[in-house]
Amino acid sequence: MTTENIARTPDTAPVVEAPERRNAVLDYAANYWRKVAGGDMGALPAVGGLIVLCTFFAIARPSFLTPINIANLLQQSAPMIAIGMGLVFVLLLGEIDLSAGFTSGVCAAVLAILLTNEGWPWYAGVGIAIVVGVAIGLLLGFLVAKVRIPSFVVTLAAFLAFQGVVLKLLKEGTNISIRDSQSVIISIENGYLSPLLGWAFAALVVAVFAAVELVKVYKRRSRGLPHAPFAVVALKIVGLAALLAVFVTILNEERSRNPLLFGSNKGMPIVVVIIAVLLVLWTLILRRTPFGRHIYAVGGNVEAARRAGIRVDRIRISAFVICSSMAAIGGIIAASQARSVDPNTGGSNVLLYAVGAAVIGGTSLFGGRGRVVDPVLGGTVVAVIVNGLGLMGQQSWVKYVFTGSVLLLAAGVDALLRKRTN
Amino acid sequence: MTPGDTAAPPLLELRGINKSFGPVHVLRDVDFTVRAGEVTALVGDNGAGKSTLVKCIGGIYSTDNGETHIDGQKVNIHGPRDAAHNGIEIVYQDLALCDNLDIVQNMFLGREKRSGLILDEPAMEELAAKTLAGLSVRTVKSVRQLVSSLSGGQRQTVAIAKAVLWNSRLVILDEPTAALGVAQTAQVLELVRRLADNGLAVVLISHNMNDVFAVSDRIAALYLGRMAAQVRATDVTHAQVVELITAGRSGSLGLQPEEAL
Repeated sequence: MTTENIARTPDTAPVVEAPERRNAVLDYAANYWRKVAGGDMGALPAVGGLIVLCTFFAIARPSFLTPINIANLLQQSAPMIAIGMGLVFVLLLGEIDLSAGFTSGVCAAVLAILLTNEGWPWYAGVGIAIVVGVAIGLLLGFLVAKVRIPSFVVTLAAFLAFQGVVLKLLKEGTNISIRDSQSVIISIENGYLSPLLGWAFAALVVAVFAAVELVKVYKRRSRGLPHAPFAVVALKIVGLAALLAVFVTILNEERSRNPLLFGSNKGMPIVVVIIAVLLVLWTLILRRTPFGRHIYAVGGNVEAARRAGIRVDRIRISAFVICSSMAAIGGIIAASQARSVDPNTGGSNVLLYAVGAAVIGGTSLFGGRGRVVDPVLGGTVVAVIVNGLGLMGQQSWVKYVFTGSVLLLAAGVDALLRKRTN
Repeated sequence: MTPGDTAAPPLLELRGINKSFGPVHVLRDVDFTVRAGEVTALVGDNGAGKSTLVKCIGGIYSTDNGETHIDGQKVNIHGPRDAAHNGIEIVYQDLALCDNLDIVQNMFLGREKRSGLILDEPAMEELAAKTLAGLSVRTVKSVRQLVSSLSGGQRQTVAIAKAVLWNSRLVILDEPTAALGVAQTAQVLELVRRLADNGLAVVLISHNMNDVFAVSDRIAALYLGRMAAQVRATDVTHAQVVELITAGRSGSLGLQPEEAL
């Protein structure tokens, strides 16, 4: 505000302008708070829960926050997160895929057979495994969208049938190991970026995030649309950079007790990069493309979507295809993690943990609300609970009951939010 | 009829429309004319065929026979996309908005603007805001509000704005005030009148005679699937319209006795 301006518009101009500018950040905060109070809590419950749990376990068991355990956590949660990301698409439509766990088992078995028994190269095995996932998704989607069998029944049937398929593929229960010569597959879960590459990756993420945010503000500004204040954008960028810096620093610490004897073990697990890439890819598709918008629309109001000319059946089928192919990727990660595939790969609690991860992260079971980042946050919560209770020497039953309670809590919050908005 | 009416062909003209669902003959030889710059009220009792007629115009139902003319040209409408292509937009009774999307996202649903593969959010937001401003809508705080946070009148406003956004020429409103309170009804009716004053053709389906007489230029009454009469709102009384709706005729107006049976 120059003196000339003040002279031209005495009294009012400075009085009106100054508080407006100062309030931009406060307005933003007030807006955000209104959204939260209105029931759109986003990542808050999951992040809050994560902080509480981590604090609790860190105090109860100091070994919880050691670099080696943090790396373990990330590696343990990766298959569940990958499956959960796919499930978000199905959950957004208000459908469910109970077979995603065993779909990952079938695809992992296909991968193991091709690599170990047939001696195929890794890319061919991975390609076929994902193609199998796509085919399963097409079948499930067709049965739900075209034949109109409820997804609960279709995928419950598939859940049972795929267990049998895994047994058949693994010849009634043999265990196929992934040989060490398949270094690419093995290193998904057991390989690490060099410390320098880890920093480069973090820098890339921050740079891309900053560019996207700044371009967004610039574009909206140039059209005279309301936009987030620069201070908030800067805070977001700095916040992400700080978070990643801490993260990379921890992961770059030596985790091996004796690097000379057992070999060095440091750096960011490669699977973290894979999960990050999948997160960005699917978020982009879900939030920034017409296809993603139509997924939300079908989940929010099928009739409105149909009247808007959206081909609802195609959207349903593609959601199941995405879910099953992400389950295939989850299966590949699980095979890498165990260095083998057995009839229980993708079985027991894999599916329930994956659904739990999505719901704990904030995805609604009623459809229409959810993001790809939800299973990442929720999956981390689940992994923290399982890992932390394990470190405390709790028996398995405690883990199950505790995880079940957290899932129930998340689903309860979801139901209450829905009740409130209606 | 004033001379001005006959100079240009009407925007929409239906001739001899028939529609059956199995053995049920819902529309019988319906003629219906809609002119630009006018609000045409479509009235009739429950089951008279109003909604069916509207869905035939909107391409959701196909007609069994009969002709549709737009600007005097015969057209074939085979689906909602054809109707939209011809500038026909329908605002449904149950609103057809997605609660989990915001105003902009709803207004552009199914017809999103994009740059490359990616949604062009700023362009959509700008156009949505302009459209709402053009309709003098000042009741919504932000176009990025979720629809679930809007009142009934605001939702109806968004639904109407969504219809207008597409340079539509004919907007059909299916009972837009049925679920609204007094103040919100007035708001929506004002908006309906403004659409016609802006040169659009508006068809208003309503059960409320006060609403009909408040905004419409013409009244078309359906009776048991037949068009009983299409008259100027100034030429008839409240009571006459009620008679047309309930009996199909009112004095010299409407269906002849033998026709009505």
